[in-house]
Amino acid sequence: MFSTAVLLASTPDQLLPARELMAFTLASHILLVPFGVALPFITLLMHHRGLRRNDAVALKLARRWSAVMAVQFAIGIITGTVLSFEFGLLWPGMMGRWGDVFGLGFGVEAWAFFLEAVLIAIYLYGWRRLKPWTHFWLAVPLPLAALMGAFGIIAANSWMNTPQGFRLDAQGNPVDVDVRQAIFTPMFGPEYWHFVVAMLLTAGYVVAGVYAVGWLRGRRDRYHRLGFTVPFTVAAILTPVQFMLGDSAARAVFHKQPIKFAATEIVWKTDTHVPEYMFGRLNSDGTISGGLRIPQLDSILAGFKPSTQVTGLTSVPAADRPTAVQATIAHWAFDIMVTIGSLLILLALWYAWSWWRHRDNPRGRWFYRCAAIAGVACLVTVECGWITTEVGRQPWIVYQHMRVSDAVTDTAAGSLWAMLGIVIVVYVAVFGAFLAVVLKMRTRWRIADEGSGAASAGLPEADTPYGPRSETEPAASGHTSGGAS
Amino acid sequence: MAEFIAWVLVLAIAAYACAGGTDYGAGFWDLLAGGADRGKRPRWLIDHAMAPVWEANNVWLIFVLVIMWTGFPTMFQAVFSAMWLPLALAAVGLVLRGAGFALRKPTRRLAQRRIYGAMFAISSLVTPFFLGAVLGGIASGRVKVGTTASTDAWANATSVLVGLLAIAATAFLGAVFLCSDALRFGAHDLVDYFRVRALIAFGAVVVLALIALPVTHDDARYVWDGLTEGLGLLLIILAAVCGLATVLLLLRRSHGWTRYTSVASVALTVGAWGCAQRPYVLPTSLTVAEAAGAAHTLRWLVIVTAIAIVLVGPALVVLYRLDTMGELEELTDSDTGAVRATGDNL
Repeated sequence: MFSTAVLLASTPDQLLPARELMAFTLASHILLVPFGVALPFITLLMHHRGLRRNDAVALKLARRWSAVMAVQFAIGIITGTVLSFEFGLLWPGMMGRWGDVFGLGFGVEAWAFFLEAVLIAIYLYGWRRLKPWTHFWLAVPLPLAALMGAFGIIAANSWMNTPQGFRLDAQGNPVDVDVRQAIFTPMFGPEYWHFVVAMLLTAGYVVAGVYAVGWLRGRRDRYHRLGFTVPFTVAAILTPVQFMLGDSAARAVFHKQPIKFAATEIVWKTDTHVPEYMFGRLNSDGTISGGLRIPQLDSILAGFKPSTQVTGLTSVPAADRPTAVQATIAHWAFDIMVTIGSLLILLALWYAWSWWRHRDNPRGRWFYRCAAIAGVACLVTVECGWITTEVGRQPWIVYQHMRVSDAVTDTAAGSLWAMLGIVIVVYVAVFGAFLAVVLKMRTRWRIADEGSGAASAGLPEADTPYGPRSETEPAASGHTSGGAS
Repeated sequence: MAEFIAWVLVLAIAAYACAGGTDYGAGFWDLLAGGADRGKRPRWLIDHAMAPVWEANNVWLIFVLVIMWTGFPTMFQAVFSAMWLPLALAAVGLVLRGAGFALRKPTRRLAQRRIYGAMFAISSLVTPFFLGAVLGGIASGRVKVGTTASTDAWANATSVLVGLLAIAATAFLGAVFLCSDALRFGAHDLVDYFRVRALIAFGAVVVLALIALPVTHDDARYVWDGLTEGLGLLLIILAAVCGLATVLLLLRRSHGWTRYTSVASVALTVGAWGCAQRPYVLPTSLTVAEAAGAAHTLRWLVIVTAIAIVLVGPALVVLYRLDTMGELEELTDSDTGAVRATGDNL
């Protein structure tokens, strides 16, 4: 077994840059994940509507979302590939010892991702020549492949949280690996569903947010209405579901990773009748500064009654638990996530009430203002959820079996800092360029819609949805499209 | 079982060398296509030929990594510790390449296109070099369990030569495929353009291979011996035959089979290397059996792989068929209803 006497002071120099590099690349990649997982689904919903009702506006939206998806998926692929490299570049110790225990999840993910890449290519490039319904049906497995990919990743991550499916021999090496147990770990179910719904929710709110902004700027045509309503409805339906799933995930953490739960709720001593702190800061002597204290609530949330005993951070040696700063970070991340989630419930209720009473979207500007922010807020919760689970697990990379400091590469800290610098520059450039390209696409579409809005109102895009076209050269297409306005 | 997984790994590397290699090669020719005017047509072809398939082509690499860490965790750890810098640079190269390619297409300004194009093209050169250098370092026995990162691990004669060979081979594959693509898209002026380049690239491969023979004789003795006798030699000869067949077909302008023969020559070369390295995953310090992960996991890896082949195989066939039949075409501005914005000059 690993010596539990490892002092925090003895952590290697390269630990900090390695963690920062992993954190930065993952934090960047995770912003694209909702769209990789859920944008195909939302696009297919719109596509189906367009085909079923012969709705040119819906088809136009689906096509434009496809164009965005083409760029976004590419950036998602490359930032994801970087993560696979980083397992080896930053955490060779973890992969070398545990790779054969939990790596299979990645195997599932790799194939699912492969399938996704193939199907998405067919979908994105099939608009022009494939038969409409053939094109649609070829893409239907896409969301399933995305779910499969998420399955693999979450299986691996939940294994790191609640590792099982092996036995340690005398030297501390894992033997008797049982793959089924290693994939379906106790945290897998709660984490998986919480994650999948979070992805759908986020993609829905972000896409709807784009059209909410358009609505606020006075573009109140059917195009904006449809572009808002379909993704927003998906997200609104899932918001209360996510609230329940998040709650059950937190309770699963309480049972399976008590120290992580103690960190996210900044519980210092094991006790009953534990109060809940909204925000606040944990000091290294166990006192809490600031924050809103609600007596008994933490025990009630964890076990439905005030007498529930909640394990505190001090139940394990200081070297085996997150530091006060880490606990505070996890706590804030958790509280921000819960706060935003609760506010989103109100937004979803507002929407539901309006449909129940008026059979229509809410009319007020404040609703659209909130809806426009909801997408960004959702991306924040995705980051927060990830910070909660990763920082809350510290100092372990494999919960209670391997420390992050034992997994880190031997590469000199200087090289890692240099690489972090390079990666930050490259990522800022790539993400900046990505945003610029997507915004530019939007501008081109808006100019076209404003220019042709009056002229082609009575002209459905009879020739556009499907069917071959002779011009394929990029230089030519730019000019032909100009003729529409 | 470990033996079988090792062969799956070799196959996956071969698949990446062929599929990914074709893409890298296209990037190589994009780099050499000349200025904006002169290079317009070849770049147009490269864009159109690569766009639908490049993502799928590059996923092979992720699969290679997954098999490495699941099937042979100690080997994965050793390789990524010893080859830190080239692998890190290859990862950065992958990012710039993918981003450059994906962002170039929807861009309508010449200056920006140039930047993205340069990003894509230069990293198409750098990435295969570093990946090749890693393979060279492994083949020459410079990676052992516990080796820490050093320059010698990848900046040595064998590594450099394998890196250069990787570039030349990708250029060859890329040119052969673009030749057929030019035919498919009806761009007949480009058929000869890429035909000449394919022949030059093949010449470069041959020259590099001839230089490599004496240079690697002592440096990578175990693999050298494996490649010059028995099954390894047989596969190398077959690879050479396929390569020459490609050249003959190109010279005779019959492009129907060139893609298959060129892919076969690259895949057989990778297979020969796999053969030559037997029974080691890291010559000559770590055998397949020693490096293998838990037996139960390997069994499951086979099952997962089998299921995946059943699922992905048909999808991949559909993709390549639709692509070669010309059914896949990207959305144009008129499809999405876009017009020129201020500043667009393309």
